[in-house]
Amino acid sequence: MSSSSAQQFFRERYNLIPADLERYLAAALSRGGEFADLYFEYQSTSSLLLDESLLKSANQGISVGVGVRVISGERTGYAYTDELLPDKILHAAQTAAHIASGPALTHVVGLKDVRGAGRPGLYPMLVAPTDVEMAHKLALIRRADATARAHDARIVQVRVSYADEMRHVLIAGSDGTIAGDDQPLTRMSVSCLAREGTLSQRGSSGGGGRVSLDFFDRELTPEHLAHEAAREAVQQLHARECPAGEMEVVLGPGWPGILLHEAIGHGLEADFNRKKTSAFSGRLGERIASDKCTVVDDGTLPNRRGSLNVDDEGAPTQCTVLIERGILKGYLQDRLNSHLLGAARTGNGRRESYEHMPMPRMTNTYMLAGEDDPEAIVRSVKRGLYAVNFGGGQVDITNGKFVFSASESYLIEDGRITAPVRGATLIGDGPEVLKHVSMVGNDLRLDQGIGTCGKDGQSVPVGVGIPTIKVDRLTVGGTAQ
Amino acid sequence: MSLTTSLAAGSGGESGGDAEELRDLAQRIVTQACARGASDAECVIRTGREFSATVRLGEVENLKEAGSKSLGIRVFRGSRAASTYTSDFGWPAIEHLINSALEIATIASEDPCAGLADAADLASGEDLEALAERLALYSPRASTVTTAEGIELARRCERAALDVDPRLTNSDGGSFESAEGLKVLVTSRGFAGQYRRSFCSIAAVPIATQDGQMQRDYWYAVARDAEGLESPESVGRKAAERTLRRLGARKVPTARVPVVFDPQVAQSLLDHVYEAANGESVYRGTSFLHDQLGKPIAATRLSVVDDGRRVGGFGSAPFDGEGVATRRTPVIEQGVLANFLLNSYTARKLQRRTTGNAARGLAGNPGIGVGNFYIEPGSQSPQEIIRSIPNGLYVTEFIGSGVNIVTGDYSRGASGLWIENGELTYPVEEITVAGNLKEMLRNIAAVGNDLVFRSSSAAPTLLLEGLTVAGV
Repeated sequence: MSSSSAQQFFRERYNLIPADLERYLAAALSRGGEFADLYFEYQSTSSLLLDESLLKSANQGISVGVGVRVISGERTGYAYTDELLPDKILHAAQTAAHIASGPALTHVVGLKDVRGAGRPGLYPMLVAPTDVEMAHKLALIRRADATARAHDARIVQVRVSYADEMRHVLIAGSDGTIAGDDQPLTRMSVSCLAREGTLSQRGSSGGGGRVSLDFFDRELTPEHLAHEAAREAVQQLHARECPAGEMEVVLGPGWPGILLHEAIGHGLEADFNRKKTSAFSGRLGERIASDKCTVVDDGTLPNRRGSLNVDDEGAPTQCTVLIERGILKGYLQDRLNSHLLGAARTGNGRRESYEHMPMPRMTNTYMLAGEDDPEAIVRSVKRGLYAVNFGGGQVDITNGKFVFSASESYLIEDGRITAPVRGATLIGDGPEVLKHVSMVGNDLRLDQGIGTCGKDGQSVPVGVGIPTIKVDRLTVGGTAQ
Repeated sequence: MSLTTSLAAGSGGESGGDAEELRDLAQRIVTQACARGASDAECVIRTGREFSATVRLGEVENLKEAGSKSLGIRVFRGSRAASTYTSDFGWPAIEHLINSALEIATIASEDPCAGLADAADLASGEDLEALAERLALYSPRASTVTTAEGIELARRCERAALDVDPRLTNSDGGSFESAEGLKVLVTSRGFAGQYRRSFCSIAAVPIATQDGQMQRDYWYAVARDAEGLESPESVGRKAAERTLRRLGARKVPTARVPVVFDPQVAQSLLDHVYEAANGESVYRGTSFLHDQLGKPIAATRLSVVDDGRRVGGFGSAPFDGEGVATRRTPVIEQGVLANFLLNSYTARKLQRRTTGNAARGLAGNPGIGVGNFYIEPGSQSPQEIIRSIPNGLYVTEFIGSGVNIVTGDYSRGASGLWIENGELTYPVEEITVAGNLKEMLRNIAAVGNDLVFRSSSAAPTLLLEGLTVAGV
C-alpha cells in the first residue's frame, strides 16, 4: 500500500523508473515555478446492467494517463497525456511549465516515500472486484432483481446496476513526495417502479464502498437493497401532498447527512475561503451551529466510499474537525491553498482523474452522535416533516443557500409519524441552518456508499453521515398550504 | 457549488488524413471482431483537444492544455451485447479489447430488440462530409487562439464585469475555453462516418457585496470559434447586471402565485420534457408521459421541437450515435404529444421507427440524446408578460434536482425577483417553487418571443400559473 507497489505497477507496464520521474519534474520546472507534480493513473472498470431481468449490457474498460501540474504563486499550469511515452510526458511537462516564467530556481528533491510504515491500508483485499469474473457479479444483481420482483405484486419494473473500478495511482512531487495507492471502488444500485391502477411511483437504493465482492454477501446484501427500493416505491404510491413553508424538520440517520455536505461542507473548502468567495470566509472561531453539533470530515474510515490512504496529491488523509460544539474550527485543505493560507494540509486534495487539476474536496463528512433518543426527537415535534431518504442536493457557496431533495418523507403530527408525503426540496442558509439544530440523536449512521460529489465539472466519490437530528426551522418546498 | 459540465474534450489539431487513418482503424477493428466471432460489431473513436485559461482579479490563475483519445467497441453474439473501451491505441491492447468484449458477451442475455440500427435508417446514403460542412459544426480557427489571446479574452471579460459597479469587489474569475473533437463511427452493417466539432467560450463570474451579503452570478457566450463570440465586454457587463440585481435578496411568504421563468430557467423545463419523452423512460413506464402519445398534454401555445440539423446549432450532427440520420422531430405540437425521442432499441421496444436520437458513450449500449431542443417562440415580449402580473415571482435561477419524472412531482430551490403591479421589484432567495409537471405544462399561460440559442437547448420566457412558492 506504500508507493512501492504503485511504482512496481507502472515500472512493469510502462518502464517508468524514479530517474524518469525526476526528469519529467525537472522539465515541468524548467521555466520557473515553485512546485510541480505528476499524477499517473491506470483505471480499469467493469459494469453490468440488468433491466427487465435481462442483462442488456456488460462492459469493461481501461483508461491510462498522466497529469502534470506546475504551481507558481497562485497560478497553476496543467497538461495531461493518455500516452505514457517519454516524449509525450515531456511535452505535457513543458506545456504545463508555460504558466511559470523566469529562471528556474527550484530543484527537484530526491524522491522519498511519504507514507511511513505503520499505518495500515484502509482497503486491503485479497481479490479486487475488477478481477472477479463477470458471471459472479451477474449472480449478485440477479438476486436483487428476483427479490425486488417478489417483494410486492405492484412492483412492475426493476433495474439493477453494478459497477466497479480499480485505480492505480502514482504521485511524484518536486518536493520529494512519492506516493502511490491501489484504490478499489464498488457500487450496486436498485431502482423499482410500483404501479397500482393509474398511480406509479419509483423507489431506489444502493450501496458499496472500497470493498471486495464478499461485502455484498456479508454486509449489504442484494436482497436488502432490493427490499429497500421496492418498499420505497410501494410506500410512496399513496403519498399525500407535501406541506409548504417553514416548519420543524427531523432528519433520519445516514444519507440525510447530505445536509452537512451541502450546507457547510462545500463552503468550508479552502479554495473558496482563500478567495473569500464563501459565505463562511473569515469566520474561523465563530459560532455557526448549535453547541450540539460537532462535524468532521474523515478520509480514514476503513472501506468507505469517500476514504483514501493518500489524497490525489500524495498527502495522507486524516480526520479533520470542521465544527466543534458549534464553533467553526477548520477548512478542508489541498496543497496550493494550505500553502497560500499558511495552514496545514488536511489530505483533501482530490481530482476526478489525470485529466483534472486537484482541488479541496470532501471525503466522508458526518456529524458525531449526540445524546437524544431518536424517538424522543420525533415525539417533540408538534407539526413537521420527518425526512429519511434524499435524492441530490446543491449549494451556492457565495450566498450560502443550499437545497437537498427528499424522496421519502412523512408528516409528523402531534409527535407521531403519520402519512407519507410526496418528494419535496428543502432549502436553507448554510451558515444559519445548524444553529437551529435543537436535538441530536445517539444513532449516528453513515450512508451505504452511494454519493458522488460534483464541483467545477469534476466528480469524486464521497460519503456522508448523521444521527437523527431536529432542525427547528427549515423551508419545505411542498405544495400543500 | 453548482454542478457543471466542462466542455467535452474535443479533439483537435489533426488533419483530415488523421481522420481517415482513424476511420481505417475503426474499420479494421470491426472486421477483426466479426472475424473472431461477432455477428455484428461497432467501433467508436473520439479524439479531442482542450485549452482553458482562467483569470482572477486580473491575474492568470489556471492554464490547461491537453489532447486525448479513446475508442469503444460494441459486439453482438446474436442478440447478446457487450462493450469495452480503452485509451491505448496499440494493436495488442485493441486485440485484447476485442477478445474481452466477445468473452463477456457470452454472459449477456438474449434480447430480441438488441442490435445495430436497421440499414434502412442509416445515414449512409448521404454525403456526410458535405452535410457536416453545411451544418457549420467546425471552425479550424477554434484552435488557432494563442495562449496570450485566450488569457486576454478572459481578462477583458472579467474586467468588464468588475468595472460596472464598485459593489463588485471580488470574482470567481473570467475564463476562456476552446475545444475541438473528432467522432468516428463504423459498424458492420456498412456505416462509416466521422465529423469534427469545435467550441470556444468566454465567461465571467463576478461577486458583489452589500451590507455583509455576498452574491454571485455569471454570464457566458459560446461559438464555433473565437471570432464568432459576442464581445467579452458585453458578456462581462451582463454578468455584472445579473449579479447586482441579486443584492439585498430576501425570503417571501409562502403563496400560490403566477411564476415567470426567464429564458435560462425555462430551458430547464425542456430538460424535464426530454427526460419524460425519452424512449427509455417510455418503454419502462417510468415517465408521466409514457401513455400519452397523440394526446393533449400541454397548453396549445406550447410547441417543442428537436432539430438535429439546425445550421450552426450547437447540438447539430450529421448522424446520431448509431449512424442514423439526424432530423427534425416535433415532440409537442400545439400542446399535443407528437413524438417520443427514440434510438433503434427503444423504437423496437415501442414498435416504432428510430428518430435518430441515439447517444453513444464510450461504453454500454447507446442512450437517448437530443440535437437542438427548443420551445417555439410565442408573440408576447417578456415585458408584456411581466406587465400582466399584479403579484408574482420572476425566477432567474433554480438549484437542486427535485423532479420526479414518474409522477411529474416538481419542487426546486429558486431565486429571482418579485413582481409587483407588473414591475420587477426586489430580489428574492431561499424559496422553493413546487407543482406537478403534468399541470405545469397545461398551465403555461404565456410564451415569450425571445428565443435565443446560447447552447443546444433554448427556450423563451414562460409564464406558469398554479405553482406554490414556499418561503417564510
